[in-house]
Amino acid sequence: MAQVFHPRANVLAKLSLILLATGPVLLLLIGTGVSRASHNTKAGIAADQPVPFSHEHHVSELGIDCRYCHSNVETSAHATVPPTETCMSCHSQIWTNSPLLEPIRQSYKTNTPVTWAQVNKVPEFVYFNHSIHIKRGLNCNICHGSVQQMQLAYKGKPFFMVWCLNCHRNPEKYVGDPDKVFSIYEKGQKGQDREYANMPAEERDILNVGEHTRSPEELAKGEEWVKKFNIKKKQLADCWICHR
Amino acid sequence: MSAREKLNDDLILGKHTYRSINDKVNNVVLNQNSHTIPWAVCFMVGFMLLQLMGLVILWLLYRGIGIWGVNNPSMWGWDIINFVWWIGIGHAGTLISAILLLLKQSWRNSINRFAEAMTLFAVACAGLFPLLHTGRPYMAYWMFPYPNVLAMTPNFRSPLLWDVFAISTYATVSAVFWFLGLIPDVASLRDRSKNPIFRTIFGALAMGWRGASSHWQRYESAYIMLAGLSTPLVLSVHSIVSFDFAVSNLPGWHVTLFPPYFVAGAVYAGFAMVLTLAIPVRAWYNMKDFITMRHIDWMAKVMLATGLIVFYGYLCEGFFSWYSGNVFERDMMRFRMFGPYGWAYWMLILCNGVVPQFLWFPKIRTNLVALFVICQFVSLGMWLERFVIITVSLTRDFLPSSWGYFTPTIYDIGMFVGTVGQFTFLMFGFLRVLPMINNFEMKELLYRMIGRGHGHGHAAHAPEPALAGHAAGDGEEH
Repeated sequence: MAQVFHPRANVLAKLSLILLATGPVLLLLIGTGVSRASHNTKAGIAADQPVPFSHEHHVSELGIDCRYCHSNVETSAHATVPPTETCMSCHSQIWTNSPLLEPIRQSYKTNTPVTWAQVNKVPEFVYFNHSIHIKRGLNCNICHGSVQQMQLAYKGKPFFMVWCLNCHRNPEKYVGDPDKVFSIYEKGQKGQDREYANMPAEERDILNVGEHTRSPEELAKGEEWVKKFNIKKKQLADCWICHR
Repeated sequence: MSAREKLNDDLILGKHTYRSINDKVNNVVLNQNSHTIPWAVCFMVGFMLLQLMGLVILWLLYRGIGIWGVNNPSMWGWDIINFVWWIGIGHAGTLISAILLLLKQSWRNSINRFAEAMTLFAVACAGLFPLLHTGRPYMAYWMFPYPNVLAMTPNFRSPLLWDVFAISTYATVSAVFWFLGLIPDVASLRDRSKNPIFRTIFGALAMGWRGASSHWQRYESAYIMLAGLSTPLVLSVHSIVSFDFAVSNLPGWHVTLFPPYFVAGAVYAGFAMVLTLAIPVRAWYNMKDFITMRHIDWMAKVMLATGLIVFYGYLCEGFFSWYSGNVFERDMMRFRMFGPYGWAYWMLILCNGVVPQFLWFPKIRTNLVALFVICQFVSLGMWLERFVIITVSLTRDFLPSSWGYFTPTIYDIGMFVGTVGQFTFLMFGFLRVLPMINNFEMKELLYRMIGRGHGHGHAAHAPEPALAGHAAGDGEEH
């Protein structure tokens, strides 16, 4: 009787065995890669906004404080997106005819809010409070990336749970002086070269990349802050802290 | 079927040659006319129940597990009972294929193939229950420690996680073992088949098997190695399943006796299921020469032995709950016997304590109808055992204020009946597409019975068990 398969089919048989062994590993690698890719996390992808608002222009060039617009960040869970009136406090005087600002004027005239696209979002099953993080000396950039450099707002960092827990398990790596949270933007303003040069390495790192690995001395200081704030490290990574 | 058949110590009856064995086994697969009405009935009923299960699962995914009877305080209900029941049933297959192989028991040869298939299908049924019990089966991969972005690893101190590893290892090793054993037989089917499509399929499954000496040598080492791997699994899997209960602190669950008693119960239930399938199938396909009364007698004896261990376990549970002097333990036993589920406990004692005693009598062991009925009692008894353990302890825990009563819903029943359907469907589907008896091992057995000369009836004496091992299986195959 004629052979069913050509001898070359043996290669296929061996290949299928190899795939059987390596396939699951490959699938796992693909899965881990895809779940971390920015197309999934949306980190680094600018959202389409009704008005191309530039944080870089308003913060780095004009020197407007974060809290001028995100006025509730120190006192409430939400940083809050500013109402149209906040924009109009300046733009009723300057750039009053700019076509780019037409949606703002329309919104003001018709008393309907601008529909900004939300860029940073935690899932609904996560409780997050801005004010406590600011009060424990965490700078905006630690979570949001260097916002003051963004021409168009984008999510600075992927909001992975592992990333939240990185700090919640070791708060001494990030907590610090709450009085210095917003001052780094002043020092980093364009034209403030001397101030910028005198900035401590940690502040400069956080300003530029939103990330700083603390030295042993800085960590010891961090520990002091943890003690001072009476942060209970053992509880801080409990499920209910965020999933209430 | 004739109710009683004669006992004979030969493992192959009648006048058989290598060719007649080969034809007989392959014919079931190759000749589509060999399947009769009983096959069609079993297959169709299984298929219908499988569809029912599909509907139940769809509704479950839509509504959540609230459609089951599980609730506070009975967090575990029929789902876990069925899970443990099915996992237990699978054990006979692994015992027959691995432990009996290592112990060189030639009588495993004719029953190991479908016992292993039974293992796989039972595990497939069992696996459904914990998966659906999680409520979010699409998140099942969370149970494995994969590199995730949540900074979460499973809780390695939980026996439920050990279960995940135990069952998945068991399923994998059983599947590989089964498939490996099939390769020479599938190659034989490939060579005998006239249908080009079947030849291609069997050819692909045979993975280039030519029956060369080098193939046999590798096959034998791989098979023995897998048998060695499976052997601890026979004992470990159900031990770990028992840890789900034994590691907790609930009266009636927190019992050190559980691992061995669960394993014995698993083998007991497994052999009952093997017999439940073997008794009708050997009659329908006229396999009485291969699955002889001797086989059936020995399986019944294994059932008796393990059944006695299980019954001893019940006696120990009763004794130690009294001897502990602990009020909760004593009350738990009181509730088991005389509480709202007392009927289940006494049914259990009847099924697993009283009925198996009939197996002491050779006349009953060789009476196929009686044996079949006893097997149904055993299956029911093993189901009731898990029901009593799970339900009584959960609905009668330490605080009387949290006591309750468990009532199954039609969806519980639908899931259970559905998995029975799935099992039947898969089993009878298997009978039709793959050789149900290990073809080459039977020929090897014949070789050891009659020697190299081409068969002239059976040998006058029983084969010596010490002769087992397949080294003799050279060129005589196919």
